[in-house]
Amino acid sequence: MTYKSQKVAYWFFALCMLLFLLQITYGFIMAFAHAGFDGLHDFIPFNAATATHKNLLVVWLLSGFMGAAYYIIPEESKTELVSVKLAYLQLISLAVVGVVAIIGFHLNYWEGRKFLEIPRPLDYLVVINVLLFLYLILATLFKTKNRTTTSMVLTMGLVFAALLYLPGMIWFDSQTMDSFFRWWVVHLWVEGVWELIMGGILAYLLIKLTGVDREVIEKWLYVIVGLTFLSGILGTGHHFYYIGTPKYWLMIGGIFSALEPLAFLGMALFAVNMYRKSGRTHPNKLAMNWTLGTAIVAFAGAGLLGLAHTLPSVNLYTHGTLVTAMHGHLAFWGAYGMLVLAMITYSLPNMTGRKLYDNTKGLYAFWLSNIGMVGMTTAFAASGVAQVYLERRMGLDFMEVQKELEVHFYVLIACAALFTIGILMFISNFIAYGRPTDEAIGTEIEFEALTSG
Amino acid sequence: MLSKKQARAFFLGGTVVFFLIFLGLSWHSISTEIPEQTNEENLTDAVVRGKKLFDSNNCVGCHTIMGEGAYYAPELTKVIDRKGEAYVKVVLTTKEPWAPRGRKMVAYGFTDEEANDITAFLTWVGNMDLNGFPAEPTIKR
Repeated sequence: MTYKSQKVAYWFFALCMLLFLLQITYGFIMAFAHAGFDGLHDFIPFNAATATHKNLLVVWLLSGFMGAAYYIIPEESKTELVSVKLAYLQLISLAVVGVVAIIGFHLNYWEGRKFLEIPRPLDYLVVINVLLFLYLILATLFKTKNRTTTSMVLTMGLVFAALLYLPGMIWFDSQTMDSFFRWWVVHLWVEGVWELIMGGILAYLLIKLTGVDREVIEKWLYVIVGLTFLSGILGTGHHFYYIGTPKYWLMIGGIFSALEPLAFLGMALFAVNMYRKSGRTHPNKLAMNWTLGTAIVAFAGAGLLGLAHTLPSVNLYTHGTLVTAMHGHLAFWGAYGMLVLAMITYSLPNMTGRKLYDNTKGLYAFWLSNIGMVGMTTAFAASGVAQVYLERRMGLDFMEVQKELEVHFYVLIACAALFTIGILMFISNFIAYGRPTDEAIGTEIEFEALTSG
Repeated sequence: MLSKKQARAFFLGGTVVFFLIFLGLSWHSISTEIPEQTNEENLTDAVVRGKKLFDSNNCVGCHTIMGEGAYYAPELTKVIDRKGEAYVKVVLTTKEPWAPRGRKMVAYGFTDEEANDITAFLTWVGNMDLNGFPAEPTIKR
């Protein structure tokens, strides 16, 4: 850590840990309900659990991205954040909006729009919150002339993410129009601008952890985010196959979404090659694990498992089944969950001054969570494929098929338990690091930048 | 070998070009094709009221419609065709928790008027041209 104000990031990461744990809890409620145990139905019906599970995911990831930005931007811009007080205000208001939304979900106060269940009045508060965040980031970025490619790509991702929230706030009478623009938010976030954020954070971590020349890393960063938009923008078409939209989306969506794994393949090759290029080993091996892990698991989960059901002829049968949950879990975990955990693992020793780099607990956290998530994905795959054949191809009744699938959810719960143990170990490590301190400034082990941005 | 400048041009150029194509296609879809495929002329006030109820109770938190939502309860796109309007209205108005094969639905206890609006909405969605979704089962038992 070089600047005092970077410490703000710690509290955003702490909020991540709290919300992530809560998200997992709601995941268990849903998994048990799918397995036939819905004892909590009267208090937390399934639709409340799922809205909470999905929105907590969005909020903790956003909190992680924001924390990452507050850590990275001052360092890349070589200046203190313009206002630490406002950053804390932004954090608190983010947490308050999140808590109010979640309580609302349990009181039937929401909108039935997947991933965007937060009701419109609260949307305005989200907008104010994000504007404050963007002001702090942009004002810091433009305070000096040190604008690196990494910080610009990261900021561009954050600005676009904020802009793309807006189409989701328009009211439409038509379900098709509503869905059409909801995908402008959800798809263009996760398969578009969030990948910019991912690319930016990944580039930063690789510069710090491998010591490879910034110019080389940033050149490939451009290529990767270029591939992301080349495939991802028109790839939105894979959500426009069967919602009352014209047939040409079947072809356009099919072709371009089949190209989407290229960006993730690029990301994986990029990370692995930079790692191999680096002659020296950074002592923070756990951060390197998470950094390589996010790139590789994102390719598997978002790239390959997305490709598995993205072609229209396949999607006609898999659309709206548990196959989507299979892809969704490994994709979000690999691309964004692990990315935030990578950033946390890299920055914690630098903010707290404690060099718990290569500890066993951290290593177990990495492997147990990943093995658990791969197991969960496999359980979702088994149940999803069975559902497709029994319900969609053979025409069996929905609930008749669901009864057959219950057994897969026992496996899912077992794997989720493994995943949770991993995450608990990660959080226990997070706590062990203690609070951030000014004394940590300048104590981190850094590779000398070979060239400046 | 590719320079950083060329890489940046690839990124910025590609983004602008593909975003413009996306905007053009989106405009074409929403201005001419979607109204026709969704029979927008049949989008009555009752349908809109039904959509609001469907939304504000987060029905897609368990069900899917047009294949979108959660995977806990049945697909609703063709539910009126499949089960009939009378059956759907009973499910919507009952004050006892509906639990086919043990999986519970929240007992919303909608009024008859509200149930009419929701079925109007479901009927409207059921009549859309969804490019063949939901597909007919292909394997004969």
